[in-house]
Amino acid sequence: MEDKKTEESGRIPGSRKNAVFGIVILFAVFPFIAGDYYVDIGFFFGIYALLGLSLNIVLGEVGLFDLGHAGFYAIGAYTTAILNTQFGIPILVLLPVSALAASLFAYVVCSPIIHLKGDYLCIVTIGMGEIVRLALINNPFDLTGGPNGVFGIDFPSLGGLLVIDSSIEFYFLIWIVVALSIIGLLQLQQSRIGRAWNCIREDEVAAEANGIDVRSFKLLAFVLGAGLAGVAGNIYASKLMCVSPESFTFWESCLLFSIILIGGMGSIPGVLIGAAAISLFPEIFRPFAMFRMLVFGAVMILMMMFRPAGILPRKRGGMGFRPDHGNPVDDK
Amino acid sequence: MHVVLEQIINGLTIGSFYALIALGYSMVYGVLKLINFAHGDFFALGSYMGYTLLVFGTAFLTSHLGLWGGMIAAMVTAAICLALIGILVERIAYRPIYPAGRLPAVVSALGASIILQNLIMVVWGPRYRAYPAALIPNIQMQVWGIHFTLLQLVILTLSFILMGFLYYTIQKTTFGAAVRASALDRDTAALMGIDFNKVIFFIFTLGPALGAMTGVMVGMYYRQISFIMGWNYGLKAFTATILGGIGNLPGAMFGGLILGVLEMMGAAYLSAAWKDVFVFLILILVLIFRPTGLFGEKTAEKV
Amino acid sequence: MEFRTEKKRSERMKRNDNGILLRTDQLTKSFGGLTAVCRLNLRVHRGEISCLIGPNGAGKTTVFNVVTGIYRPDGGDVLFNGESISGKKPHQIVSKGIARTFQNIRLFSNMTCLENIMAGQHCRASAGVWSSVFGTSRQKEEEKRIRDVAESRLRLVGLWKFKDEPAKNIAYGSQRMLEIARALATQPKLLVLDEPSSGLNDRETEDLIDFLKSVLKEDLTIFIIEHDMKVVMEISDWVTVMDEGRKIAEGTPEEIYNNPVVIEAYLGKEEFSEEEGSYDGPAPC
Ligand SMILES: Nc1ncnc2c1ncn2[C@@H]1O[C@H](COP(=O)(O)OP(=O)(O)O)[C@@H](O)[C@H]1O
Ligand SMILES: [Mg+2]
Repeated sequence: MEDKKTEESGRIPGSRKNAVFGIVILFAVFPFIAGDYYVDIGFFFGIYALLGLSLNIVLGEVGLFDLGHAGFYAIGAYTTAILNTQFGIPILVLLPVSALAASLFAYVVCSPIIHLKGDYLCIVTIGMGEIVRLALINNPFDLTGGPNGVFGIDFPSLGGLLVIDSSIEFYFLIWIVVALSIIGLLQLQQSRIGRAWNCIREDEVAAEANGIDVRSFKLLAFVLGAGLAGVAGNIYASKLMCVSPESFTFWESCLLFSIILIGGMGSIPGVLIGAAAISLFPEIFRPFAMFRMLVFGAVMILMMMFRPAGILPRKRGGMGFRPDHGNPVDDK
Repeated sequence: MHVVLEQIINGLTIGSFYALIALGYSMVYGVLKLINFAHGDFFALGSYMGYTLLVFGTAFLTSHLGLWGGMIAAMVTAAICLALIGILVERIAYRPIYPAGRLPAVVSALGASIILQNLIMVVWGPRYRAYPAALIPNIQMQVWGIHFTLLQLVILTLSFILMGFLYYTIQKTTFGAAVRASALDRDTAALMGIDFNKVIFFIFTLGPALGAMTGVMVGMYYRQISFIMGWNYGLKAFTATILGGIGNLPGAMFGGLILGVLEMMGAAYLSAAWKDVFVFLILILVLIFRPTGLFGEKTAEKV
Repeated sequence: MEFRTEKKRSERMKRNDNGILLRTDQLTKSFGGLTAVCRLNLRVHRGEISCLIGPNGAGKTTVFNVVTGIYRPDGGDVLFNGESISGKKPHQIVSKGIARTFQNIRLFSNMTCLENIMAGQHCRASAGVWSSVFGTSRQKEEEKRIRDVAESRLRLVGLWKFKDEPAKNIAYGSQRMLEIARALATQPKLLVLDEPSSGLNDRETEDLIDFLKSVLKEDLTIFIIEHDMKVVMEISDWVTVMDEGRKIAEGTPEEIYNNPVVIEAYLGKEEFSEEEGSYDGPAPC
């Protein structure tokens, strides 16, 4: 225990520790000095950070091309929306329920397709995401409210003690969840599980030949990633008080995909940077109105030209990763 | 029975759209192993180009070339424009990124797609545009009791000619052989003296050109076009590509046609609202049992 | 030429069926029309170094791939410790105690050398998601054990200085050793090496031979594909020769060294046809 701690602090340079501390302070102070509008932007940054973290498990750690991640997000959001509006179950109770629902969905859907390789898996995840979205639009059993979605979702509350209904409270809710997720995911990265995931990303055959049950670990990544996306869906639904299919399009999945690649595959600080880019960029360029998406596309291309491994690629061991070696999951 | 056949004709019509777009995906994928997300937007942009030509040039075109001639002229012009744009996009957005690997190229393709899509929105506006109604004759036809329109006949004929042309070029000419060789093994192909740049030039002009012609045909068939249609058709066409076995050109054509027919059958006999769900379910089922698509080869990875 | 068996002749006499660790029984594997391995019976004795040799394309690698579960056999059986393992998944076979390396080195290239070896111990550890997320004391202990073992293995193969270097950045010869160290980290009973000396220079090959002899303990058996005859003769206790998917000979290195059939398979049939006409090539499978 003690031993480990000294080793850890020996490995993380002091400057980095200070940087983390500074960022935490910044995040904590920000909502008290900024207006509600900016706090809301901070909230959506948090949602994208959580979604990015969840996709990072699948795409970043294991290298599975998941372009249907918005589907899991939708399952979480709609589970919350439907159970809350129909049965009045409190939002915070539904938080784990949404996570479980999304995980279960991922398990059932991914089990039969997990053996598919690269782009074939990619198109199947796209199909899965589209099926979810189209199903929501078609209003099965009158549950999902069709294209309009579900309205009148409650705010989260702690048994009447504290109702989370202001921008600032939602801001803290999402960022506390993000912070806890980051701590958990950092632990996983340093564990047998995280290593197994990375091995699969690097070389599936070698991973299998070194005793890693590739199939189960891929499924595990999908299940955990979906669970986390489900949590994001829960918080998103209660913040907006309504959900509709147009929040969960293929386009949304593509944005999440870009978060990982802009930030750096498998890098948790990278996910935060990527999420910031995706959520803050359109706001910063709001004055340019119609042209902002043009700029956005151009930035994506330029990013890939000059930093193909992402802005903050994952550092390994003491030496660090060399971005100029190109992509970690490039086909050989 | 007649109704079924009519549905099949409808299905083949949209299937041929998917097939023509799928060819563009498949060629790029075969040679570069890149999912060219911008391809759907090439198609949409082509459709808008055709629209502009037909709206502003109708009087001139029809008076000089006749009705059908005017349309062909619009298609060819759109195709030429898109061939230029295709090669431009390749040079700017893809070429500098190839060395970085596959995934950065995918993101770059997404970026290119966003740019093209928003460019269309900026230029032509976010609302639907309607192809001029007076221009396209709505002539009903009937053979052995099966109803279809003249336009469908023209579209099907044209699509099959284009597909045949591409098939011939790829399978029978030396140039096609170069493309196929590059798809199989780029390094060896380069050693055999194949100019890879020429191959890339070929696929990035022909693919978008085919896409643009499809765009014009879609505009004439459905009348309405919108700036996001690149995504919708692109997604279906990419599905068709996978269904047929990625990188396999005849597979992509059959994949597109099968997809179109399935979609129409699903719409007619199951539920119109659920037709896309039906299509994706079929795709997933096919891949579960044939992990490399309908026409993809089953290979044991050599280790 | 130095024969390892000369020194172990007395032990060889004791070879019997109880001493067989790995046996294939009528093993067959084909790819499309090509039968890469055809009704192969071979055995590997406990505690020995066995070699599988044969000309290029003889089907050696395919045998390894079937034995380690990468390919499913089309016929026949693989018995490890008397238990059938054919049709099992590779990771299951690893936990039963067979570890391997690849002809074309397959490391986890962006992971550090240390992480590569730590990955090898995956199947000898059990921490799950929750214990990893919450860092339970058992998980921490296990992780420390994994790290300690990996570090000692890394020292053993002399790559300690590259501990934190991504595996793709170290020299080719070192990569080979790292791959062997990773396989050893799975705590195998049988170590299966596919052409471990290919691409190595003479000195590295010498080191490799010394290393293999040094790790050959009571409970480890080594099964190697090797093309360098000098290495084969020097390290092996038992040699199996394949050609065109079939076994054409087996025996001690000196028996193999003097076997006309083997010489013929290696040097081509034309040159030897006048001297030794005994072998008429494989019968159709
Ligand atoms: N995955 C595969 N698909 C098709 N043919 C294969 C595959 N693996 C091996 N082969 C063929 O099987 C034969 C034996 O190959 P291999 O076992 O690699 O030979 P060796 O290792 O003895 O040189 C060769 O002809 C090779 O081309
Ligand atoms: Mg071999």
